[in-house]
Amino acid sequence: MIGEIDPVIINLTVFVLAIFVGYHVVWNVTPALHTPLMSVTNAISGIILVGAMLAAGPVETDWGVWLGAAAVTLAAINVFGGFLVSQRMLEMFKKKEKKGNA
Amino acid sequence: MSANLVALAYLVASVFFILALKGLSSPESARRGNLFGMVGMVIAVATTLTLTQNWPLILGCIAVGGVIGALVAQRVQMTAMPELVAFMHSLVGLAAVFIAIAAVNNPVSFGLPEILPTGSKLELFLGTFIGAMTWSGSVIAFLKLSGRMSGTPIVFTGQHMINLLMALAMVGFGLWFFFSDTTNWTAFIAMTAIAFILGFLIIIPIGGADMPVVISMLNSYSGWAAAGIGFSLGNPMLIIAGSLVGSSGAILSYIMCKAMNRPFLSVILGGFGSDGGTAVADSGEQKTYRSGSAEDAAFLMGNADSVIIVPGYGLAVARAQHAVKELAELLHEKGVNVRFAIHPVAGRMPGHMNVLLAEAEIPYEQVQEMEEINSDFSNTDVVLVLGANDVVNPAANVQGSPIYGMPILDAYKARTVMVVKRSMAVGYAGLDNDLFYMDKTMMIFGDAKKVVEHMVKAL
Repeated sequence: MIGEIDPVIINLTVFVLAIFVGYHVVWNVTPALHTPLMSVTNAISGIILVGAMLAAGPVETDWGVWLGAAAVTLAAINVFGGFLVSQRMLEMFKKKEKKGNA
Repeated sequence: MSANLVALAYLVASVFFILALKGLSSPESARRGNLFGMVGMVIAVATTLTLTQNWPLILGCIAVGGVIGALVAQRVQMTAMPELVAFMHSLVGLAAVFIAIAAVNNPVSFGLPEILPTGSKLELFLGTFIGAMTWSGSVIAFLKLSGRMSGTPIVFTGQHMINLLMALAMVGFGLWFFFSDTTNWTAFIAMTAIAFILGFLIIIPIGGADMPVVISMLNSYSGWAAAGIGFSLGNPMLIIAGSLVGSSGAILSYIMCKAMNRPFLSVILGGFGSDGGTAVADSGEQKTYRSGSAEDAAFLMGNADSVIIVPGYGLAVARAQHAVKELAELLHEKGVNVRFAIHPVAGRMPGHMNVLLAEAEIPYEQVQEMEEINSDFSNTDVVLVLGANDVVNPAANVQGSPIYGMPILDAYKARTVMVVKRSMAVGYAGLDNDLFYMDKTMMIFGDAKKVVEHMVKAL
């Protein structure tokens, strides 16, 4: 290509395409599972954990690192809480499946 | 790990996140989807660990957060899911703010140049203010949903003007932050503080009935906050995951608004329900209704061919799910075709009622959405309305009614309608319900759980 592309443009490309993917995938989610959808997306937004880890990463500890550590804890609550509560809810939808077949 | 390997691992994780959402298209594939999500998160975290040095601190914090999260997930009541979700949104928002502050403090640890370029400042600004608003908005939503704060909208004159001025001030400080040569902490802190306050102010005028929209909207915000941080750090995985969450929340908000026939903007501007009660004082004439006992109702249902149960949030409040399940089973044994009709805004968040019924082990094949079941009401013998009101109000079909145009469950078309309610009080919309005064309607007053238990006994 001609010259260097600004990374912001590449990120913007990813952003716009990801919104399209999200749009199409989410419209296919069955309304009965909208609450689990929310808790799963909650867990996924816990991906911010990655940014928090970078903030807590440096060895020379200053207050920024502690702020990062706090963010790691908060995001971890989200990741674990979100996925586990989704699992718990989805198990409920499973039990009945078995009963229905029996 | 080389930068390329890291980027590839992040790509794999992103694909897993997409598969996680895709799995939710049916209950059969949903558990696998959730598992995919977990796998994606493990890949993402493991990869990021190779980029950091402070392992004991990071792993320790993950362990602490993990234990808290696991305990909360295990203990939470299904009726309290909306509060939990609001609580978790607030955490994402706060984490985003912390990360942004840390990035302004030490850009090098994020692979950014020591003196932040204006572009990065803009992205950090976006991540911070969306995060801050997500946090404070979610805190208010949490307080309202958990009943620690009244659901009545808080409105005062000049509210929107104040919000607008604050938003402008925030942008002003943002501009000052962009165009300062060194790190301008004053501007950064000022705009963060304003964003926090703005988050509070934006949610307080929104009433309890609109909470399903608010919670979906905050879901969306928390995603955009993550995407904003992804832009600042130049991390495509964060951008992808954040956009997925952001669009998911936006779609849910849209679905909720449509189900209430309320324009999104008017929900956001708030105030709905604050004038509750005025609409009731119409003619003043006493309308007559028929009331009956649980036993009469049980007799009628036992002899019917088909029964549709319309559950509302009142059912969950009365913790009557298990009693209802027993009732449905007994009727089923008698050869009655029992189904459940779910309005999209039944409960306090999208899909809430489905989870509550699933918890009571009601087979999900019996639970149908509004579009699926609405045409069946006209050839149904008995409709049992349990703790629902506005979603079955035929006034939605009358031009000029405040809820005109709102899609409703056509319960009024059934041969017999039975409504279990505490009293003749109005619903969230503050409207009287003509369904209660129809000749074929029988009102059964009392606590939903007790009434249903009586029905079970009578059968």
